[in-house]
Amino acid sequence: MDRYEGAGVIESIRGRSLLSLDELSQEAIVEVLDTAESFVEVNRRSIKKVPALKGRVVASLFFEESTRTRLSFETAAKRLSADVLSLAVASSSVKKGESLRDTIATIDALGIDAVVMRHRSSGAALQVSRYVPHVRVINGGDGLHQHPTQGLLDAFTIRQVLSERHDTTGLESGAALFEGLRILIVGDIRHSRVARSDVAAYATLGAEVRLCAPGTLLPEDVATWPVTVASDFDEALAWADVVGLLRLQSERGSGAFVASLREFTFSHGLTVERARRMKPDALIMHPGPMNRGVEIDSRVVDSSRAVVERQVSNGVPIRMAVLYLSVAGSGEGHTP
Amino acid sequence: MSNEDDRQARTRGPAFTAKSQLMTTDDVARAMRRMAHEIVERNHDVASLSIIGLQTGGRAPASALASVLAEISGQPVNAGMLDVSFYRDDLSRNPLVASSATNIDHDLTDRTVVLVDDVLFTGRTIRAALNALSDWGRPRAVQLAVLVDRGHRELPIRPDYVGKNLPTAQDEAIVATLEGVWIGTREPA
Amino acid sequence: MSAIIIRQGLVVGVHASVVADVLIVDGRIAEVAATIDAPSDAHEVDARDCWVGPGFVDLHAHLREPGREAAESIESGARAGALGGYCALVAMPNTEPALDNVALVSYVLERGARTPLDIAVAGAITQERRGELLAPMAEMAALGVRLFTDDGVGVQDPSVMRRALTYAKPLGVRLAQHCEDERLAAGGTMNEGALSGRLGLIGRPALAEELMVMRDIELVRLTAAPLHFLHLSTSRSVQLVLAARDEGLPVTFEVAPHHFTLDEGACSSYDPVFKVHPPLRTPSDVAALRDALRRGVVDAVATDHAPHAPELKDLVFDEAPAGMLGLEHAAALTFEALAPASDPRTFFQVLSRGPARIAQLRADDIRVGHSAHGASMVSGEDANVTVFDPGSRWSVDRNALESRSVNTPYDGRAMTGRVRATVAKGRLVVDQGRLT
Repeated sequence: MDRYEGAGVIESIRGRSLLSLDELSQEAIVEVLDTAESFVEVNRRSIKKVPALKGRVVASLFFEESTRTRLSFETAAKRLSADVLSLAVASSSVKKGESLRDTIATIDALGIDAVVMRHRSSGAALQVSRYVPHVRVINGGDGLHQHPTQGLLDAFTIRQVLSERHDTTGLESGAALFEGLRILIVGDIRHSRVARSDVAAYATLGAEVRLCAPGTLLPEDVATWPVTVASDFDEALAWADVVGLLRLQSERGSGAFVASLREFTFSHGLTVERARRMKPDALIMHPGPMNRGVEIDSRVVDSSRAVVERQVSNGVPIRMAVLYLSVAGSGEGHTP
Repeated sequence: MSNEDDRQARTRGPAFTAKSQLMTTDDVARAMRRMAHEIVERNHDVASLSIIGLQTGGRAPASALASVLAEISGQPVNAGMLDVSFYRDDLSRNPLVASSATNIDHDLTDRTVVLVDDVLFTGRTIRAALNALSDWGRPRAVQLAVLVDRGHRELPIRPDYVGKNLPTAQDEAIVATLEGVWIGTREPA
Repeated sequence: MSAIIIRQGLVVGVHASVVADVLIVDGRIAEVAATIDAPSDAHEVDARDCWVGPGFVDLHAHLREPGREAAESIESGARAGALGGYCALVAMPNTEPALDNVALVSYVLERGARTPLDIAVAGAITQERRGELLAPMAEMAALGVRLFTDDGVGVQDPSVMRRALTYAKPLGVRLAQHCEDERLAAGGTMNEGALSGRLGLIGRPALAEELMVMRDIELVRLTAAPLHFLHLSTSRSVQLVLAARDEGLPVTFEVAPHHFTLDEGACSSYDPVFKVHPPLRTPSDVAALRDALRRGVVDAVATDHAPHAPELKDLVFDEAPAGMLGLEHAAALTFEALAPASDPRTFFQVLSRGPARIAQLRADDIRVGHSAHGASMVSGEDANVTVFDPGSRWSVDRNALESRSVNTPYDGRAMTGRVRATVAKGRLVVDQGRLT
C-alpha cells in the first residue's frame, strides 16, 4: 500500500509535539519504545521518580472525560517530577462553542511547557499546537483521528511479551520482532482513533495488518490504509499472531451502523468458541474499556493469552517516555 | 549490529578523530589492576563494596574492575550498572542521549558504592549519579573510580581512584576504553 | 454627478473588444469611441492595459443582516463587493430571521438602497427555510425578488421542491438550489474520501450533491420551471447540468471561486477557514471546473461570500461554521483560472452578463428599483462598469479587507489581476483600487 506524502517523516519526537503516529518514522517509534524500557525499570523501584522534568509544568486538558488515561498521563508527569496542572475541562463550565484559543491562552499565561489533551473533535490537538507553538502538545485522543500513546503502548506490549518469549530484550530487538508479524484488528474500526494509531504503528514497524469488521464499521477509505481487509473472521483468527479488539464506539454514533449488540457479537465477537481457533500462543489485546460479553467473552479476557493488564501497566512508562523525549528534549537552543 | 549498539551509535554524537594514543591496552590493564589494589587497601572488606558502572562509558571498566577485584580478593564482588540520563541537570545544554538499562540487583543500603566511569570531566555526570543513587537507598559511602581525569571541573567533585591524569584543552576530546585511551577532536555538532 | 471618462481600456463587448474611451454622464454610458473629448470637469480613470466591461453581479452573497451583523452588514458587504468590482449583489435569505416574507425583504431592499450598489434579494423558497411550507413568493416577487432559494441547505423533500417549481413557474421567477442531501452528507465537515478518513473527519460524499442535482434535473423536466444550481463543486455535477442544458432544459449553474481554486488537501491543517458546504473537493474536480470555465460553458461565477465572526472560526474544525469570504478575490481567481488564454469576453460573461441574466437584472428585464446590469458597453446603457487590471500583482492580507470578517482562505496568497475602478449606477465608487 502506498503511504501518503507526509507519512513517517518525523525521525524523532525529541523536542516535538506528538500529534499523530502517522507522521512518525520507524526510528522515532523505536526510540519511544526503547526509552520506555528504562521507565519500566524506574516504575519497579521503591522510589518511582526521576528528576528529569523538574521545574517543568505539564497541563492536562481533558475536554473529553477519561479518568484512566488522564490519571496515567498525570502519574507519568509526576514521576518525572514535573508540576501538573489538571483541568478536567469536560466537567467545568466550558460549553460547546467556547473558543479553544481562549482556554489555551488562560493556561499558557501560567507558563506551561507541555499540554496533554483529549478532545472529541479530530484535529483539536493540531489546532492547539498552532495557537501555542512554544508548548509541546501531546495528543491524548482527538475525535476519530489518533490516540498516539495508545498505539505506542500497544506496540510496546507486543514487543515486551514477544521478546520475553524469544529470550531477548526489547532493547536488543528494536523493530525486528514486528517484521512480518501477523496482527488482526477487529471491531468498530470506522469510529476508532485507537485503530488508526495502532495501524500506523504496526505498519511502520513492519507488521502485516489485517482488519475485520462488519461492512459498515470499516472506514470508507480503508482501501488506502496499509492493511488487508479480511472478510472471513474465523480464517483471520487462525492466521493471526496478535488479535486486537475494539468496542463499539456508541458515543461516536456507531449504534446506527449495526443492528444490535447481539448481532455484533454474533458476527464479530471473540467468543470462547472462536478463541479456540486462534493459534495457541497468539496474543489477545484490548485498549479498554471492555464490554465483556460484547466484543469479547469474559472467559477469554481472563485467559492467559490476553495481555490487557500489561497494556494498562505499560501506559505509564510509555507516557513517561513520550513526555521525557518531547519536553526534556526541548531545552533552550533546541529547534523543535 | 544489535539495536542497542545502533541506538548508541546514533546518539553518541559527532565523530571522533584521534590525534594520538596516550595509553595502550596493556597500560589500561595495568592501571585497572593498580586501582583495584588501591580500592582493597582503602576498603579492606571487599564484600561490602558495590562496583557500579555508569552507562555507557563506565560499563566495561566497571566489569573489568569487578573481575580484577574478585581475582585479588578471592571473593565474588557485587556489581551493577546505572543509567543517569534522567538525572542530568544540563538537559538544555546537551542533547538527550538514549537511555540505557539500569541493573542493580542488590540492596545498596550500608554498602560502599564505588562509581566507575571512563572519563571525569565537568563532574555533572557524577553529580547526576549521586542523585540517582539516593533514589536507590542509602549507601554508607560513595567513592569514585575513573580511567581518565581530564580536568575542567564545574562542581566540587574529586575522584578517589584515577587511572591517569590527563590535562586537556576544553575543545579536545578523550576516548577511554579497555582497548586504550586516545586524545583528539570531535566535529562540531 | 460629475462625468467620468475611462481612458484607453480594452472595452469588452458581447462579441468583440476594442481599445476605446468610455464616457459616463448622469448614470449612463454616454459614448464609447476611440478618443473622446471629455468635459473638463470629468473625472479621469486611466484604463490603459486594463479591461473595461459591465460591472460584476454576484448571485450569491451572504450579507448577514439582519441577525449576524458582527460578521457583516449590508453596508460593509456592499463596500467589499465594490472593491471586488461588483455593482450588484444578490443577498441570500439565510439571515436571522430568514428572508421569507415581505417585511424582511423590504428591510433588506431599503438598507441596500442606501449603498452605492444594487442590492437584490433572494427570498426563501420555504417558510423559515425549513423545507416544508412554501413562502409567499408572489408577494416577494412583487417587490422585485426574482430568485428564491433556501441556500445554506437544499430543499430535501422532492414533493416540496416539485410544488415550489410548479408554483414559481407562472410567477416568472427562478428557484436556486443548494444541492446536498443532508442524510447522505451525514453531518460531515469535508469531502468524503481517503483524506477525510485519515484526518478522522466525517465526510460529505460527492454523491450527496450529485444525487440532488439528478433529482432536480428530473423535476425541472417534469415541471418545465427554470432552476439555477448554486455552487456546483464536482466534475460530475457540472457534466449532469451541461447535459441537461444541452437537452434544452431551463437550467443554469454557478461555480464558486474556492471550488475552482482550492482542493480538499487544504483541510489537512484542520484550519476551519477551509470548511465550507459543499466542501472543497478533489484536485480532479478542481481541474474539471477550471476546464469548464475556460471552455466558456459556465453560466456564472458566484462568490458564496460567507462571513463569520472571527471567534467562530477559532473553534475546532467540527464546531466551526462553514463558509469563506469571496467578494474581494473572485475576479482575480476567475482571471487566474481562465489563464493562459484569459479571454476577456468569458471573464465578463461569467462575472457579469451571465449572472445578470439569471438574476433578471438586465436592461430588458422588469426590474423594481434596480438599474440594469450586464451591459453590452454601448451608449444609452446604465453605467455599471468595472475596470480590471490583469497585470496587477498583489497579495491578500486578511487584516486589510473591507469585510467585517477575516475568514478568507487566501491570506498571504499572491494574486494576479485586480479591480482598478468600479462605477456603480454612474458613480465612481472605487478608483485606483481603493474605495473613494
